[in-house]
Amino acid sequence: MAQVAPRSTVHDVVIIGSGAGGGTVTKVLADLGVKVLLMEAGPMVSMGDFKMLHGPYSVWHRGAGEHAEAYTGGRPTPLSFDAFYRADLSDEPYTVAEGSSFRWFRSRCIGGRTNHYGRVQLRYADYDFKPRDYDGLGFNWPISYADIAPYYDKAERLIGVTGKAEGLRSAPDGIFQEPAPLKPHEILVQKACAKLGIKAINSRQAVITSPLNGRPPCHYCGQCGRGCSQASNYASSYVQIFPAMKTGNVTVVTNAMARELVTDASGKVTAVSYIDKTTGTEQQVRCRTVVLSASACESARLLLNSKASQHPQGLANENGQVGKYLTDTVGASMSAQVPALAGMPTFNTDGYGAHLYIPWWMVERHKELDFPRGYHVEVGGGGFGMPGIGFASGTYNRVEGYGLPMKQAIRDGYGPGTTIGFSGRGAMIPNEDCFCEIDPEKKDKWGIPVLRFHWKWRDSEINQRAHMLASFRTILESMGGTVNTPATTPPASPPGGGIIHEVGCVRMGDDPKISVLDGFCRAHHVPNLFVADGGPFVSHADKNPTHTIIALAWRTAEYLAAELKKANV
Amino acid sequence: MSEITRRDALQRLTLAIAAAGVIDALDAREAHAAASQAAAAAGGRYVPKALSAHEFATLERLTDLIVPADDKPGALLADVAPWIDTLLNVNADLKAKYVAGLAWLDTAIAAGGAERAKDFVSATPAQQTAMLDVIAFRKNRTAGNETGVDFFVLARRMTCDGFYTSMVGMRDVYVGNAPQAAFVVPQAAIDHVISRSPLK
Repeated sequence: MAQVAPRSTVHDVVIIGSGAGGGTVTKVLADLGVKVLLMEAGPMVSMGDFKMLHGPYSVWHRGAGEHAEAYTGGRPTPLSFDAFYRADLSDEPYTVAEGSSFRWFRSRCIGGRTNHYGRVQLRYADYDFKPRDYDGLGFNWPISYADIAPYYDKAERLIGVTGKAEGLRSAPDGIFQEPAPLKPHEILVQKACAKLGIKAINSRQAVITSPLNGRPPCHYCGQCGRGCSQASNYASSYVQIFPAMKTGNVTVVTNAMARELVTDASGKVTAVSYIDKTTGTEQQVRCRTVVLSASACESARLLLNSKASQHPQGLANENGQVGKYLTDTVGASMSAQVPALAGMPTFNTDGYGAHLYIPWWMVERHKELDFPRGYHVEVGGGGFGMPGIGFASGTYNRVEGYGLPMKQAIRDGYGPGTTIGFSGRGAMIPNEDCFCEIDPEKKDKWGIPVLRFHWKWRDSEINQRAHMLASFRTILESMGGTVNTPATTPPASPPGGGIIHEVGCVRMGDDPKISVLDGFCRAHHVPNLFVADGGPFVSHADKNPTHTIIALAWRTAEYLAAELKKANV
Repeated sequence: MSEITRRDALQRLTLAIAAAGVIDALDAREAHAAASQAAAAAGGRYVPKALSAHEFATLERLTDLIVPADDKPGALLADVAPWIDTLLNVNADLKAKYVAGLAWLDTAIAAGGAERAKDFVSATPAQQTAMLDVIAFRKNRTAGNETGVDFFVLARRMTCDGFYTSMVGMRDVYVGNAPQAAFVVPQAAIDHVISRSPLK
């Protein structure tokens, strides 16, 4: 599939990776008239790949299995309509150091993980950029909220984000699409929170409820996670890359696994060497500048694997900082059976997922707590579910019989889910025990050395997780709920990477001794190397990272375009 | 019209119903008639792959009895019997259970009563339901009818699976997975939840 340009062509910008960061850089540069080459390690996607409005009937066996094994002692087959992005990555392994637990979720296709992510689209708060000023821990960013706010604005104008202005410091307001109404269980959660002095607000989702830039509004099917075949939510594929391709300024090379950045004697990047996965052969594209948007860890891997006599530790890694201070989001979940939901009159509860969330409510009260930074809460449950294999078996096995009495009993027994679930999403303090490095032995299918992960939660995260569970219990029980799983104290330690918010490893900073990139995400010592993904994150707020990846990438792309114009690269 | 085209017709119909957003107001008889006409126009009855024509006719009648149409469609319109036959075609053990179970229905109904039927499918509805009234309940299981009772448990389960996972049958209870112009939360639903909670 590779559309290989003549090898003599020197591309102004080669972008490696097509997720939130790479998609944003591609769109911004293409709109500014800059010719780019976008390289993606997986295949192209088309709008038909997004299985919106499918149901069990879309699969011939409907979950009974290819051999109907559900009826002869086997298990039903789970039906997944988002399988297309779950590329088989057994050819591209990673390792985890002894004593560590880490999970690395990757997606190989145009748009990457943005095709299916949760669309939670939160701005970082002012204090999230200067956390050390508040608690003396971790690192400050070299930029402030004021530097990035205009780019959050631009991102919201392009992609669309639901919400209402609330004036909360922990959840800065933006340019919002009108949110959909709250669902009944969310109104209940909001009331319970209000009674406890906690403000629960309309969720901020990358979903449009009115037409935007030629995209039709959401039709509330609730299947955002499959990718939206009418582009009513954000994915870099259909919101940025497909429109950018129409400018004629974008060359896309798919199934291209970047292997190494090739440099000249001065240390500048002159080419990207990659494996064309369709043929297994090594190829090169020449470049004037390169933007790494391969994801925090994959970009770090590429730098570490780009060794030359002038930089034997890898490119832009004179100080050994590449791969360091990897962070994920702190997560904890709890659910409860809430009897008030039982028997609710039937209606279409799908919406666009959660319409309510709870921003951090103790920003000004950290001194009361035994952990330094906050979390927000995502709310789930409470809806009417789609029947699948095994539907109503509880009812017909109880009433038995057949015919209209059984059919009516099934109608009577059908109701909303009575579970309400909370997922906490907390800020993590960067620590030196969480990092990735090149495994000294293992290589992937193409002979590219793989990453080895190290992970250790600190008390700051463990205590925060305990606080989440205690708060969740209080809120759920105040609604008359019975908590499903008892909280363990201290909570079990989940694997790093489990929330799929891994950032850091290629961090920005004012001080070149302890950072890799400058304030515009350009490598301190490699003037034509930029990074636009989660890698530049200096520290990690409780907010889901996608919105800040987009805003930061946008700012970097504009800066890069200006530098190209001034011939400063 | 091919099988695919017929499915498309049904799909369009169901989507139209869903888009209208008034499932409860659906005149299912009309929907049934429209779909039947589409099927008739197709001229294509399903040709069984695993069962004989007679076995398939018996299965079709059995599914119709298990989930009949009322003011909403039943197993026939939802093509439950063809779905089951397709599954039997990929699982020989499962097929054997159906062949034995369907044969038992014929033998048992032919053996019963003064007004004997030749077989299950040609029996009167009263004769058919008289038999199901026995085998549809585990408490009636005896050494003489255990094949029938056990088969009915399987047939009921698969008929319900086939019906409620179909586009047509799903709508008997479920109104989601359908495009809507606006997301509307009925006040009655909110009142129901809040009034039953400690926060009323």
